[in-house]
Amino acid sequence: MIVIKGVPASSGIAIGKAYVLEDEDIVVNRDEIPKEKLRRELRRFKAALDATYRDLDHAEGKVLKTLGREHVKLIDTHRLILSDPLITKDVPRRIMEERVNAEFALSEALEMVNRAFEKIEDEFFRERRHDLFDVGKRLLSHLLKREKRDLTSIDAPAILIARNLLPSDTFTLKETKILGFATDLGGRTSHTALLAQSLQIPAVVGLSDATRRIKNGELLVLDGDHGLVIVTPTAEAIEKYQRAQKETQRETRALETLRGQPATTTDGKRFELAVNLDSPEDIKMIQALKSDGIGLFRTEFLFLNRTAPPGEAEQAKVYSHVIKSLAPLPVVIRAADIGGDRLAHLGLDEPKDEINPFMGLRGIRLLLKYPDLFKTQLRAILRASTHGPVKVLLPMVSSLTELRSARHLFQQAHEELEGEGYEITPKVDLGIMVETPAAALLLDHLLTQADFISIGTNDLIQYLLAVDRVNEHVAHLYDPFHPTVVRVLHQIVETTRRYGKWMSVCGEMTSDPRAVPLLVGLGIDSLSVSPRMFLRVKQIVKYLSAATASQAVIQALSLADSEEIHRLIGQLVQPAGRGMTE
Amino acid sequence: MTLKKILKVNNRLGLHARPAALFVQTASRFKCIVKVAKDDVEVNGKSMMGLMMLAAEQGSALTITLDGDDATEALREIEDVFARNFGE
Repeated sequence: MIVIKGVPASSGIAIGKAYVLEDEDIVVNRDEIPKEKLRRELRRFKAALDATYRDLDHAEGKVLKTLGREHVKLIDTHRLILSDPLITKDVPRRIMEERVNAEFALSEALEMVNRAFEKIEDEFFRERRHDLFDVGKRLLSHLLKREKRDLTSIDAPAILIARNLLPSDTFTLKETKILGFATDLGGRTSHTALLAQSLQIPAVVGLSDATRRIKNGELLVLDGDHGLVIVTPTAEAIEKYQRAQKETQRETRALETLRGQPATTTDGKRFELAVNLDSPEDIKMIQALKSDGIGLFRTEFLFLNRTAPPGEAEQAKVYSHVIKSLAPLPVVIRAADIGGDRLAHLGLDEPKDEINPFMGLRGIRLLLKYPDLFKTQLRAILRASTHGPVKVLLPMVSSLTELRSARHLFQQAHEELEGEGYEITPKVDLGIMVETPAAALLLDHLLTQADFISIGTNDLIQYLLAVDRVNEHVAHLYDPFHPTVVRVLHQIVETTRRYGKWMSVCGEMTSDPRAVPLLVGLGIDSLSVSPRMFLRVKQIVKYLSAATASQAVIQALSLADSEEIHRLIGQLVQPAGRGMTE
Repeated sequence: MTLKKILKVNNRLGLHARPAALFVQTASRFKCIVKVAKDDVEVNGKSMMGLMMLAAEQGSALTITLDGDDATEALREIEDVFARNFGE
């Protein structure tokens, strides 16, 4: 048994025989072409171009049928490459000037482009050369009259092992009997990885030399969750993975039945289960979950990988799209929680290195220091607010002054827009993240100005316990069951309830199956969950009795030790845990 | 006629495949020669692979040089494509 470690690209487990795909290294010879035959060489090249166009037309029909419109764009890209002067002009010029065969002229032209692309530092742009190779290979195989490899010829279920899968290989993947695939090259965001995820087949990439170490027909286990390929596994290993495979299938089936059902406890308490949104690309997946809305829309992605902050119109368009897609369900948009390090990239003048960024210039502190940046985002959200219910959430608030200043800007943005003739929703709620101990303890005052709160457990726990989760020496001290955490959460819930304001929890605690009963018991009835864990959390909520969980939390509040609290809360799901999974 | 103009890439992902394609489609409608340069690399503005080779991320400045009878009109159309953020 050999275990090869790669990069997990698409989750799931596959067990089956290896089908090792031969690398298509086409050897091209340089042939001198006599002058009188150069015309013929050009015609040959033209014919190969035409044949490749026909290939693409054929592929388009197939892709449209099996993969959907999204993937057709790639074919358009390939058509453009095929009509690129680098191919249509450069290759004939080389044939004529150097008096060489079309194959050689083409591979020289491709090699020149490849060298240029290799120098590009930006991975995203550098990776585009695979599309060029793909088209180049098709052309070459037509010139050489060789059949391009076709994965549909794999007629028995198998795990595909390849050096690299080209986009055109993956077009046909859905029609094949492939159980999963593993490649030597590729990263988590490569085209092949994304495709495997959308086809929901397990995949591992970046294995470096799997094609050399694995032989055709060898028995394999492909573990897409951990990025492993196990070659000739022992009987025990196979059995273990078969069990895991069955378990996952059963779990998935059980969870699927919960889709669209209300999250109601056994004693009839209805929970609001929303999801977190990190990027609008996840919208389709989130719509399919049939959640109660978006409880935390993180807008940081808009500020990443760019040299200037996003403008109002660009932001308004993104927010409108998200709000429209969810309406009539509510969307809570959090103002950008970016740190000082980001500003330098955005062309704003800030020191790059803060000794302690978690206690540095971030969230509302940064936004108030750059009121134009902040107001642009507030205006964009307000402009989008006519498309459906929306709330605005302020990150990292730790004083009433900050909240007042933010409210002032919010009001200003509102009045400005009205003055400019925009139609906006008269009242958009403005709330705060409770994620600093200061906000937790000052909550009664903050609630006079805030319309709602969202408890950000990640930071709150980190600040309460003075634990840097990134520091490996203390990360184990990060503990949602710490008595201090339970007490502070309880206090937050009690205060907010007294003021009759809406509250929700976001952060990893809502997606941690062990911690959900604690939140339920604390009396929080709105959770914003990571989409991946949404159905699982619903399953837990539906299994719990709110009254019993509440009793357990009252008891937990008197305990001094995290272990005891953990055990007590664990009992709420223990029998369930077994009942749910077995 | 030779025209020269510096234009800034403002869309989020920079001059990736789709914007590059749109640029090429626009430039190819005209007879004039279109060259695009970033830093010290100059490419054919009618070649998508060429434009991609520039790896022009958001915020980068591109020098567009046009040479031919219809250069003025071509530049106007190209400027329009930039102004519309490549339709994104």
